[in-house]
Amino acid sequence: MNERTRILLEESILPPLVALAVAFIAGDLLILAYGQAPGAVWAALFEGTWGNAYGFGQVLYKATTLTCTGLAVAMSLRAGLFNIGAEGQLAAGGFGAAVTGLALPAGTPWIIAVPLCTLAACLAGGAVGAVPGVLRAKFGAHEVIVTIMSNFIVLALLNYIVSAKLHVPETLHTPEMHAGEVARLSGMIAGFHGSAANWTLAIVLGACVAVWWYLFRTRAGYELRAVGLQPGAAEYAGVKVGRTWRNALILSGALAGLGGVNFVLGYKGYYEDGFAGGAGFLGIAVALVGRNHPLGVLLAALFFATLSQGGLAINAMVPKQIVEALQGIVIIAVATSVPEVRRVLRDAAGKVAGGRA
Amino acid sequence: MTTSAAPTPAVRMTAIEKRFGAVRANRGANLEVRQGEIHALVGENGAGKSTLMKILSGAQSCDGGRIEVGGRDVTGWTTAEAIASGVGMVHQHFMLVPTLTVAENVVLGREPVSVATFDRARAIRDVEQLCEQSGLIVPADRLVADLSVGEAQRVEILKTLYRGARILLLDEPTAVLSPPEVADLWKVLRRVRDGGATIVLITHKLDEVMNVTEQVTVMRQGETVARMATAETTPEGIAHAMVGRAVDLSVREGRAATRAGAAPALEVRNLVVRGPRVEKAVNDVSFTVAPGEILGIAGVEGNGQTELLEAIAGLRGVTSGSVRLGGTDITALDVRGRGDAGLSHIPEDRHRRGLILEYSIADNLILGQQHHYANRGVLDSAAIAANAATQIAAFDIRPTDPALPAGALSGGNQQKIVIAREMSRAFSALLAAQPTRGVDVGAIEFIHEELRKARDAGKAVLLVSAELREVLTLADRVAVMYGGRFVAVLPRAEATEDVLGPYMTGAKRESAA
Repeated sequence: MNERTRILLEESILPPLVALAVAFIAGDLLILAYGQAPGAVWAALFEGTWGNAYGFGQVLYKATTLTCTGLAVAMSLRAGLFNIGAEGQLAAGGFGAAVTGLALPAGTPWIIAVPLCTLAACLAGGAVGAVPGVLRAKFGAHEVIVTIMSNFIVLALLNYIVSAKLHVPETLHTPEMHAGEVARLSGMIAGFHGSAANWTLAIVLGACVAVWWYLFRTRAGYELRAVGLQPGAAEYAGVKVGRTWRNALILSGALAGLGGVNFVLGYKGYYEDGFAGGAGFLGIAVALVGRNHPLGVLLAALFFATLSQGGLAINAMVPKQIVEALQGIVIIAVATSVPEVRRVLRDAAGKVAGGRA
Repeated sequence: MTTSAAPTPAVRMTAIEKRFGAVRANRGANLEVRQGEIHALVGENGAGKSTLMKILSGAQSCDGGRIEVGGRDVTGWTTAEAIASGVGMVHQHFMLVPTLTVAENVVLGREPVSVATFDRARAIRDVEQLCEQSGLIVPADRLVADLSVGEAQRVEILKTLYRGARILLLDEPTAVLSPPEVADLWKVLRRVRDGGATIVLITHKLDEVMNVTEQVTVMRQGETVARMATAETTPEGIAHAMVGRAVDLSVREGRAATRAGAAPALEVRNLVVRGPRVEKAVNDVSFTVAPGEILGIAGVEGNGQTELLEAIAGLRGVTSGSVRLGGTDITALDVRGRGDAGLSHIPEDRHRRGLILEYSIADNLILGQQHHYANRGVLDSAAIAANAATQIAAFDIRPTDPALPAGALSGGNQQKIVIAREMSRAFSALLAAQPTRGVDVGAIEFIHEELRKARDAGKAVLLVSAELREVLTLADRVAVMYGGRFVAVLPRAEATEDVLGPYMTGAKRESAA
């Protein structure tokens, strides 16, 4: 029992906490370098985010998208693959939702329109994820290369479609959808007024539970994690490794695509070019800090959303780029403290010292 | 500070401490090696032998203790300093450049130079001279890529000698050698010793200890628990010190439980399998295993055994030929299909194939049978827990917490997970590849007993082992594999080390195979 607790503590909980502590200290130094008092800046950051309902609403809104892209990257990493394509999959998901909302007749009840648009978002993201998935499974093409490239292709293609065929004049966004809007949280809690937080949050919380259940309670999840940890052993256990890779990247793309719902259905009501705005790439950091666990991803998404929103709150005292520096520090600190990475580093050091072939 | 008038020992290590995270690899280990002796350092896997030797050779630093070489305090020295002082380590894994010649490899890093250019002629001359002195005969101008494993190992030793080593540390040097090559190695080591060198031999094979060494130091769980003169002890005595209790080492003759005239449980016909580098890693192999029989495959590693078993298990495609299980052709089935048809498989590499070290013991105990532990795609956690409780008790897996990751267990207990899983499924034929590799002496007994039980229960067992002794202990029939072919198939009674040796090196093959 104690051994189990120790492993959990040492491998899962300690690294992110240490990373946060390191970032906190580094943040202090950066703030001091600007001649400001760290205490006052941290207080302003907290006040602008968790300290008032609007700021908190904005944190929830940003965290909703980041949870999706974080889950997407975590799903791929669990299968031993690195999906860098969440940015393009997120955009494709948003586009799929918007086009579906446009195609539906005006007045379609939300109980039909929202699930349809959400499904369309997941399908669009999943389709983008299927390309590297199939290429990896069939031809062994490295998914990192393919997903990086697919970002360029997908974003350029969407840009073309929107600007050439589907935009409202003078803008780079599609017309408003006829149906499928998701209500704001402010409809229920007045304090959120003005913030973009919406009920997509509930869908995404559901997705967290579903991903957890899939990974840890189903046979497919058991096999997917086996492939990620030890492909040779998975093959020995009768798992079709290529097929598992393909499925993992499709699921990963679908999860990233789901994030598009938050912006399109929950916030603007249309697809706008460039709305992803780096949330797909930040999903990599979310998954890393969240240790590829849905609960960890959720917490990490809240953390990064807080930093992102808090940057606006402290902009008067210190440049808001400080939070980007902090994000970088957290990512590096977590990356070097997680056991897998530590093991790789130790092996490399051993090779240099011991000279083993 | 010497307490007696005895000559200064070549090596004296006192109270060595070394930690890796939570693991104490060495705890107060002591080693004293006299000048000009062959000294065995024995212990089970993970007892801390290699760590102790790495500390001595400067490859790793120690957390505490004192190291003296030739009476000089050298605690905390580097590899370069160790080599300069004549301490050289011969690693288990070769570190040679295959595209260079023997002579070039030997002098690498200390090349003889004439006017700023590499003096190849002198390098060859020097190496040839060294070969002659030491008795390590290898053609100096041959490419390393063209050498046999035994020759490559000689080059490794030559390299160490060329750097002026007077104290040689050898890490399990016989793991990859055939019996005649092993005999040659002993000849060479004795000759090097007679030339004044001191040798420390890391091994876990007791017959080697008895054969060539003068002194033995036994390690157990990081401590040096015994030091004795080889002549005054027995293999049983050493094994007792290694494990901490009495161990039965007797070679029991196989006794086939096979019924006369029974149809073969496992039949392989004209199997050809492609390997990673060669077109025909398995080259037209045919054999049968009867129910209640253990067929042991002996041979030096890398002669197609791995490919043969993987092809039978469905992990590797076959070029041609067929595999039949109880009369049914299973060649077209995938891994899962073969398992469900009654094929059980203990894979040779439990870290790469047999286990997922990060998975819990309970999850590892269903690996390969996960589809039998799921209802409509959802894992049946109650059934998984019940299976874990049963297997952990039946196979005495320790520690007993089913939620612990397999990686937290000792090698022996990890292998017990694999054995428990593969023995408890419904099967008619069992593939057992290196079933006792890297496990402690106590677990070896247990695993052998399990294989015999399977045989006695009427299962067909195909055993592959690099340990000839293991094949001879368990098998009812012995096949020798060389160069992808079965070069001999003998009844156990006719198979002895002397008979099998020439087949294993390819020097001899049966006329009709």
